[in-house]
Amino acid sequence: MKPRSLVLAALALLSATTLTTSAWAQAKEQFFPLLSYRTGPYAPNGVPWANGKQDYIKLINARDGGINGVKLSFEECETGYATDRGVECYERLKSRPGVTLIDPQATGITFALTEKVTADKIPLITLGYGLSVAQDGMAFKWNFPLMGSYWTGADILIQHIGKKEGGLDKLKGKKIALVYHDSPFGKEPIPLLQERARMHGFELQMIPVTAPGVEQKAAWLQVRQSRPDFVLLWGWGVMNATALKEAQATGYPRDKMYGVWWAGAEPDVKDVGEGAKGYNALALNTSGQQPKVVQDILKHVHDKGQGTGPREEVGSVLYTRGLIIQMLSVEAVRRAQERFGKGKVMTGEQVRWGLENLALDQKRLDALGFSGVMRPLATSCADHMGSTWARVHTWDGAKWNFSSDFIEADEQILKPMVRAGADKYLADKKMTRRTPADCQS
Amino acid sequence: MAFFLETLFGGLMAGMLYSLVGLGFVLIFKASGVFNFAQGAMVLFAALAMARFAEWLPALTGLHNGALVALLAFALAAVLMGAVAWLVERLVLRHLVNQEGATLLMATLGIAYFLEGLGQALFGNDIYKIDIGMPKEPIFVLDSVFPGGVLINKEDLYAALIAALLVAALSLFFQKTSTGRALRAVADDHQAAQSIGIPLNRIWVIVWCVAGVVALVAGMIWGSKLGVQFSLATVALRALPVVILGGLTSVPGAILGGLIIGVGEKLSEVFLGPYVGGGIEIWFAYVLALGFLLVRPQGLFGEKIIDRV
Amino acid sequence: MFYRENGQFKTSYRADQQIFPIRQDRIAIALLLVLAFAVVPLLASDYLFRAILIPFLIIALAALGVNVLVGYCGQISLGSGAFMAVGAYGAYNFFVRIPGMPLITALILGGVCAMLFGMLFGLPSLRVKGLYLAVATLAAQFFSDWMFLRIKWFTNDSPSGSVSVNSLQVLGLPLEGAASKYWFCLSILVLMALLVKNLVRGAIGREWMAIRDMDVAAAVIGIRPMYAKLSAFAVSSFIIGIAGGLWGFVYLGAWEPAAFSVDQSFRLLFMVIIGGLGSVMGSFFGAAFIVVLPIALNQLLPWVGGWFGFAPSTTVVSHTELMVFGALIVWFLVVEPHGLAKLWSIGKQKMRLWPFPH
Repeated sequence: MKPRSLVLAALALLSATTLTTSAWAQAKEQFFPLLSYRTGPYAPNGVPWANGKQDYIKLINARDGGINGVKLSFEECETGYATDRGVECYERLKSRPGVTLIDPQATGITFALTEKVTADKIPLITLGYGLSVAQDGMAFKWNFPLMGSYWTGADILIQHIGKKEGGLDKLKGKKIALVYHDSPFGKEPIPLLQERARMHGFELQMIPVTAPGVEQKAAWLQVRQSRPDFVLLWGWGVMNATALKEAQATGYPRDKMYGVWWAGAEPDVKDVGEGAKGYNALALNTSGQQPKVVQDILKHVHDKGQGTGPREEVGSVLYTRGLIIQMLSVEAVRRAQERFGKGKVMTGEQVRWGLENLALDQKRLDALGFSGVMRPLATSCADHMGSTWARVHTWDGAKWNFSSDFIEADEQILKPMVRAGADKYLADKKMTRRTPADCQS
Repeated sequence: MAFFLETLFGGLMAGMLYSLVGLGFVLIFKASGVFNFAQGAMVLFAALAMARFAEWLPALTGLHNGALVALLAFALAAVLMGAVAWLVERLVLRHLVNQEGATLLMATLGIAYFLEGLGQALFGNDIYKIDIGMPKEPIFVLDSVFPGGVLINKEDLYAALIAALLVAALSLFFQKTSTGRALRAVADDHQAAQSIGIPLNRIWVIVWCVAGVVALVAGMIWGSKLGVQFSLATVALRALPVVILGGLTSVPGAILGGLIIGVGEKLSEVFLGPYVGGGIEIWFAYVLALGFLLVRPQGLFGEKIIDRV
Repeated sequence: MFYRENGQFKTSYRADQQIFPIRQDRIAIALLLVLAFAVVPLLASDYLFRAILIPFLIIALAALGVNVLVGYCGQISLGSGAFMAVGAYGAYNFFVRIPGMPLITALILGGVCAMLFGMLFGLPSLRVKGLYLAVATLAAQFFSDWMFLRIKWFTNDSPSGSVSVNSLQVLGLPLEGAASKYWFCLSILVLMALLVKNLVRGAIGREWMAIRDMDVAAAVIGIRPMYAKLSAFAVSSFIIGIAGGLWGFVYLGAWEPAAFSVDQSFRLLFMVIIGGLGSVMGSFFGAAFIVVLPIALNQLLPWVGGWFGFAPSTTVVSHTELMVFGALIVWFLVVEPHGLAKLWSIGKQKMRLWPFPH
């Protein structure tokens, strides 16, 4: 019995792994690999994001019949926020016919994939996360940190705090603490914050929280001791909720806390509820079920029973961000089709050109149903970010309310830093900048 | 000075919370000689069960009294952990009697994976709330002595009290009752205990049940503090230095170890951390435990490892 | 019938002491090597290489190292992830800071760094035993996690703490395609496996096994525990360090300290326990089980779900994967507590007698 069952088990294993290599023959559809994490410590934040992306794809298929007739298809792959699983998912899905682009949803996986996508010619979009210096499109051909990076986010926060204090010069002598997730994601804003600290004379205290940030008592005791004027929270997943709970437990005023746009969504605060009242965070997009695109999704997708997640989640902050990411992907394909052939399935290189030539003005956003959700965005060969604006919203115990106007990150400070960082990256990798001629491809 | 006291109290209470998780390890090791890798998963499973039952009960039974719902959810979760204990004994331990430590360790690992998957499949993997009425705001004591007072986290204080009560109860159980004696006999030598008529299977079910309830209490308290989500299982890693410092077979050791590790961790992070950039508390706890082990290789109160040559 | 050793007489000590004294074994191993080196690269797809074979080879190498320490010398260690990290970052620093450093030399130097780190954190083994040692080695793991996040020199002052390598070359040949990476890892694995097999057959291996079985008795008959234990840590960490270098350089390409987290340490320990402690074959079985099984389940479950007419979501698949994985571990242990290698050797025993019952 034993040897036979083992032989059968081995055969099953073998057949399962060879199954994975069977390829779909035609590229009739535009394929979107969706790397997501629906399990693990970051799942509460990863799930609405992934649901937003899926729902938008379903919407385009149901409402518009695809992009100029080309239907969209997708496959989700669970990464659990782990780099090696992310790499495995990428390898599994990258050779599907019609593969469009990759949004890894994790900074660690982004770093691992940055080299690989250059060889495989698949664009990598990292909306609001990833490598900050990838904004420089002439150095990073295949990376697109759309709508913002951690440097722009940190810059906007400092500007907002300065504005609230009555001017950036009023920050002199103040103390700002950065409570950050001890990983490349959390450490990314530090160079910019150090630059701003140098410029305006405030003291920057850095307090790392070991991932995944389950226990933060010591960090918040330090905050209590040093009594900073402001605390910037750079966390993801459960670290955010725990930070707010610990802030409450040590009595640090929540209205002096400012989180990055990944620390400012419902999963982070709804557990803390009233205890997080007054907490501010960056907002790249609005939330709520009013925008037309959300209404369309409810009508065409959820009402037909095709919704990916629960109906109550539709329109939440991270869900809407997922919608935006997928919308930008779809628009990039549409733009690519304008140049390379309407109604045809686009290759990765063609989509890359599309991403580099996005021009979403207010009119187009209104037509897409995104009016009021985000600001207009326009990418170019040299600028792979497209927009460096964001707002601040505040939790009132039950929902998020906007507490600032749109603020633009300061290009004067960012441009030289991005340039220097990109140059260093290119030097390390022994690569050269793209030529302007390359922009036409 | 006030801040030092704050850190000290914070460390003591954090340590009690760790020892609450560590107790589960000690119980199972003491009574069945198995290092239960699944303890973290059990804490998560129990906390998920309680959180979700508390959510579903008002809808199913119409009860809305918060305290009653919490109590009922606790009881139901305890019953569930008892069922898990029975199943573990039936399907796993019974077939691995008297195997080596490494094999049993691996089996508990299999149980850990299974429970993690089952817990999330049954109860979901969002962040869930456990509301047992714990206060969230801090209290300030000694403000006559120190300006502004010394901050003490009320929630942690209650949790520490609960942990102390639990430990006292468990110590009494092991020392004074016949079941406790039987448990210790089984921990010593399975075959010898069997030969004098101790029903191994029932003892194991009992001990895993008790460990399950301890996991439930730990999960309830940690869940109330942090919210019930997947990383709760990683709290077990923070509790490991506690059990090895105290000795894997000693319940009071778990408490003392917890206090030492808690204080050591917090003091090091707050006072030494800034010099080296911070984030040192996890490895410092392990290095501290390691330091103690070099002096007493079996932990502070652990049984001396006797090798017969 | 096929596996009988009848008629195979050895006429020299050298022939008697071969690793594979039975001719059928030698043929089988030769076939396996031909299969691995020549046949698989012809048939395997790019995905199979990059996502299954290459990680399997690298992790099998690491499991081999862990087996030396845990299986042969009996020192349970949970610091393997840290040794991989030190090997990877060590190799990275040598590779990046010294221009013109060949890849193989960088990997070996990374292994040496891991060896020194391993010996340092192996010192407690002289005083602490068993499970206590296991948890003490976790100190190495968490310390290395912190060290590579905090000390910027190790990551070449990169602001994010993430490092990457590219354009690898071995002896002048570029390591670009999946097949070349596969051959590289396979060659290193075969070489290391040979090294380990010979070590454990020799005097030092016997010393390790004596320490594992009864260290007090071993000390009594004159085996120096410090030398034996530290040499086990040294050899083991060297191998794991090289595996870590390969994992970072060849498989991931760009990594951060979280790639070598405590989960990796646990995975490696579980591989050797389930594969079979104290056996080279066991490391490979365990690595295959733990690396390939989750991916296979990931593919198999939606397929099986398709038979029953429903398409499970990735969440359901992940949860089921965990449950099936856990259940399989328990099942294998109940069936054979000494691991898959013992099942293999039972199989071989039966083969030697077949078709006779005894």
